[in-house]
Amino acid sequence: MSERLKVHDIAHARAGDKGDISSISVWAYDPKDYPLLKSQLTAERLKAAYPKLLRGNVTRYELDHLHGLNFVLRDALEGGVNTSLNLDSHGKSFSYLILALEIDAPEPTSP
Amino acid sequence: MVPPMKRSVRIGCGAGFSSDRLEPAIDLAQRGALDYLVFECLGERTMAFGHRDRMLDGSKGYNPHTAQRMRAVLAACRKNGTVIVTNMGAANPLAATQLTVGIARELGLAGLKVACVEGDDVTRQIGPATALHDRDGTVRDVGLSVVGANAYLGADALLPALKAGADVIIAGRIADPSLFVAPLAFRFGWGLDDWQLLGRGTAVGHLLECGMQVTGGYFADPGFKDVPGLVDCGFPIAEVGFDGGFTVTKLPDTGGCVTTATVKEQLLYEVHDPATYLTPDVTADFSRIAIQQLETDRVQVNGADGQPRPDKLKVTIGFDGGFLAEGGISYAGPNAQARARLAGEVVWQRLSRNNALLGDLRIDMIGVNSLHGTAHMPPTDSEDVRLRVAMRSRRREDIDTMLWEVEALLCCGPAGGGGYRGTISPCVVTHSALVARDQVRPTMRMFTA
Repeated sequence: MSERLKVHDIAHARAGDKGDISSISVWAYDPKDYPLLKSQLTAERLKAAYPKLLRGNVTRYELDHLHGLNFVLRDALEGGVNTSLNLDSHGKSFSYLILALEIDAPEPTSP
Repeated sequence: MVPPMKRSVRIGCGAGFSSDRLEPAIDLAQRGALDYLVFECLGERTMAFGHRDRMLDGSKGYNPHTAQRMRAVLAACRKNGTVIVTNMGAANPLAATQLTVGIARELGLAGLKVACVEGDDVTRQIGPATALHDRDGTVRDVGLSVVGANAYLGADALLPALKAGADVIIAGRIADPSLFVAPLAFRFGWGLDDWQLLGRGTAVGHLLECGMQVTGGYFADPGFKDVPGLVDCGFPIAEVGFDGGFTVTKLPDTGGCVTTATVKEQLLYEVHDPATYLTPDVTADFSRIAIQQLETDRVQVNGADGQPRPDKLKVTIGFDGGFLAEGGISYAGPNAQARARLAGEVVWQRLSRNNALLGDLRIDMIGVNSLHGTAHMPPTDSEDVRLRVAMRSRRREDIDTMLWEVEALLCCGPAGGGGYRGTISPCVVTHSALVARDQVRPTMRMFTA
């Protein structure tokens, strides 16, 4: 029996920007939840969840010993702070796009 | 003057961006017992705005809060033997230096030595044929006029001022971490080709350069990540050992928190591959860093590494991008979303009679889809919605027409629309290029109050 969890229940994240590239790091609160994040929160999963926004390459770097993933999203800032007309042209709020995703927890996990 | 080698250095960050808070910086200056206090106040776009300011008034172009900051901390820093290092000079380090010398005299700080570091401004070396690094093509292909161009200088540019015994060092475009690497390399006698130590110093700089982002700012998420006393959040301090190991902490009796979580989030902030973080000083490697909570608000960081520095220096070129305008009007209560949507359609159609106006126009509903709307449409039954119309244009008349049509919705739009506001801001566009190191020659001039 699996349950659906929001990434926000088990992880925290921070977004940064350079030009039209957004980088978002995602960290498990509890090390025992990191394998779940690592197996389900893949670059492909992220790109598939937001195809209209993430038209460019998505690369994932893993820091296993710190229980964190770093996503680099190219062409993701609607042109970047220079040309985007998004109210949040830096994509500061984009960390919560990742935290809003749902993943399958194989067994109940306490937040 | 060569000071004795130190076993440890205490360095603080009193600003992490151009408009950062002042009070916690005063606290650091007064109570921090710091060897160095760094003010990092320069982004790519703030630099371009500095160039614009300088074009309009040759005595301007430095950080607009320079006088307030200097007036607030100079006396305490002198009393405590704390050297100030900053990039508040922005597009006019000399003017910021003269301003600071004047303030020091007013405060009776005779003999204070203020160094001005320049040489980052490479505007004259940029031409239409200069190749761009972050996109295909050349400066000519951007099709906008160049406002200014600055090379990212490294720690080496600051060393002459440190060796000459400056009390305050004012520079322009120094790479953010290099503001921290320079004093560490100077006080510990690190070689500028000791890549591992420079990588460790860069980790210090990277973690501190955004100020409160490592002490609880840009972090709180109530019920999930609670930050005590965010109102009075303190700026960070690093206690650095001669081997480049360090702890991150903050002053007692300040708000915020330093935890493994705040340090981890900041470790990868604006970093792509954690193993190759490029600065003018080194190719830093953060991929094997160890982070450990020693006690409350004290986190130890070890294990950063480094590889040789990049061959070339990065240059940011600022272009005049015209204006960015935003007009808004709000709808609330039953059917608010439908009324806001209709208002957006009406403005769009009225503006569409002049096709030129639709080129760079965006219409959002704040409270419904303004931030994440491109990615997905989260369900919301919000009955408090703000229509936002944003436009970028080099033609001021287009901007004025757009704002006029949004304001006209007050009488000529759907029912119950109120709270019109319109703003126009200057807009800069930035691109990057690369330049050979021997094309850039940092200079240092010392002034005495």
